[in-house]
Amino acid sequence: MSALLEVEELQVTFGGRTAAVRGASFRVEKGETHCLVGESGCGKSVTALAVMSLLARGGHRSAKRMSFAGTDLTSLSDREMARLRGNRMAMIFQEPMTSLNPAFTIGSQMAEVLTRHKGGSRAAALDRAAELMGRVGITAPGMRLGQFPHQLSGGLRQRVMIAMALMCDPELLIADEPTTALDVTVQAQILRLLATLKREFGLSILLITHDLGIVARVADHVSVMYAGEVVERATTAELFRAPQHPYTRGLLSCVPVPGRVQRDRPLGSIPGVVPAIGSGFTGCAFRSRCAHADETCAHAIPRRQAGNAHDYLCRLEPDWAELQPA
Amino acid sequence: MTAAIEVEKLRCEFRVHTGLMSAEKRVVAVDDVTFSVPAGSVLGVVGESGCGKSTLARMILGLLKPTAGTVLVDGKRLFDLDRKARARLIQPVFQDPFASLNPRRSIKDIVALPLEAQGTFSRGEIGRRVGGILERVGLSAAMGERMPAQLSGGQRQRAAIARALVLEPRIVICDEPTSALDVSVQAQILNLLADLRRDLGLTYLFISHNLAVVEHVASEVAVMYLGRIVERNETDALFREPRHPYTQVLLESVLTPEPGKGVPDIGLGDAMPDPANIPPGCRFNPRCRIAVERCRHEAPTRMVRPPQGMVECHLA
Repeated sequence: MSALLEVEELQVTFGGRTAAVRGASFRVEKGETHCLVGESGCGKSVTALAVMSLLARGGHRSAKRMSFAGTDLTSLSDREMARLRGNRMAMIFQEPMTSLNPAFTIGSQMAEVLTRHKGGSRAAALDRAAELMGRVGITAPGMRLGQFPHQLSGGLRQRVMIAMALMCDPELLIADEPTTALDVTVQAQILRLLATLKREFGLSILLITHDLGIVARVADHVSVMYAGEVVERATTAELFRAPQHPYTRGLLSCVPVPGRVQRDRPLGSIPGVVPAIGSGFTGCAFRSRCAHADETCAHAIPRRQAGNAHDYLCRLEPDWAELQPA
Repeated sequence: MTAAIEVEKLRCEFRVHTGLMSAEKRVVAVDDVTFSVPAGSVLGVVGESGCGKSTLARMILGLLKPTAGTVLVDGKRLFDLDRKARARLIQPVFQDPFASLNPRRSIKDIVALPLEAQGTFSRGEIGRRVGGILERVGLSAAMGERMPAQLSGGQRQRAAIARALVLEPRIVICDEPTSALDVSVQAQILNLLADLRRDLGLTYLFISHNLAVVEHVASEVAVMYLGRIVERNETDALFREPRHPYTQVLLESVLTPEPGKGVPDIGLGDAMPDPANIPPGCRFNPRCRIAVERCRHEAPTRMVRPPQGMVECHLA
């Protein structure tokens, strides 16, 4: 397998002080779904925006390496990056209403993507739009093309966003919490659709989510983020079978699993909140919430191997499972 | 045992204008809803957006007058009570603690407000009660001095819970109390709500779209679809043996953290439920995967399901 997107030691700071991403490294292989999972403020969305060169003003990124299909993203000018964005890499967001322009019809917004990147006639672009809307399961695409975003339900809007992202036949689709605003039934439909499209279009997907259920069901590889760092990386099966980082384990214990509910017992939970990380921070960012932390956690933390393509950032040796909290 | 909440044949209609020239339309948000919640138990209400679960909550809280039907809270009709008495009986906790806390007041002042509004508590008593309830929900005295914007989402939800409980109500309506929170914080808040219920003998009506959460907290579950309760049963029975096709689809849609299982094909089309256009017959029939001809013109009647549930489906 070869990597479509390779990110090494990505750093993102805002205003030179707040470190949003601190040395995150991950690879998205061709044709696979890679999940960035973590809670709010862990830097997962900022990581995606940094890859797309879409950081808000005041945001600064640097990376040892950031390549997309062999192209060094850090060396591209804004103009070159704009040619790539929406074309070879496309992005969909959580709330489709805010990413669609309320003043233009669905058809004109979809057609613009194609005419802008690939040229050609508007009529041809509308044909392509209608075809893709059919592919993402929208019935009566002809009628939908003439409608405005507010006339569609949330699930339909997200389907439109996905169809729009596919207009230029991208290699990479970055999806930032694409189903968080949707009902569970619609969520299942959209995620199933993404899995089908991945297969049919040979897409690679970088999926950002806070939901471990989604990770388990759709991801091939997972990177768990905490306070701007990737604290654990593994294949999905491996991560759920043998999670190593105390944060990953804590997160898994917090999820109520249907059918395995013990109503009289409390759910697992992680005490405290994610700390604000300044630029001079050293050591493990999770140590203030970790039951296994000791004084060594304030110093540099080794990245340990726990198996094939499975590593994590912690002082503890692999399989410390029997270890009881101090 | 007396029921903490008793709802009978509750109905709520809204009139909406669909266009300048078109006639007024009636949207039935809640339709013929009947249930009772025994004191000390938790009724979970689940359903998709637009199914009427928040409208139901607002009627039980006395914030919205039903078009028809009755609501008894602790055996009393809410509309016979004045606002102060109602506030001592039943309190809400809403989804977004940022929108429901006044951004210009300190947490301490926000939690004190229900006591001040009663007009019967002395300054010292208010201070003592606020301090006590903040400690009970896990907020330090220093947190009480802060403004909502200086708190994390979880801390804000703790503050909202403190405000709801400071008058020592018997019943709390939780409307999506953890939907805006991260999973680790969600677990903290769910555990806190469970502790409080046990220690204070509270009754909850717990509204959520997250079935896993509902299974964890509720003793009984009601499934709503387009304004009606289509199935209700004890939690274990409902999750073990869902009878209504909609309940089955909802349960299948839950993505448990089990790798290798993939995303299930739940077999719903892209027809979305629209409360302004409720289909004839069974209201779920356009999306139902087992619907037969009868479902398209005849509304199903309520059938009793053991141990103490009901279901509205011709085929269940």
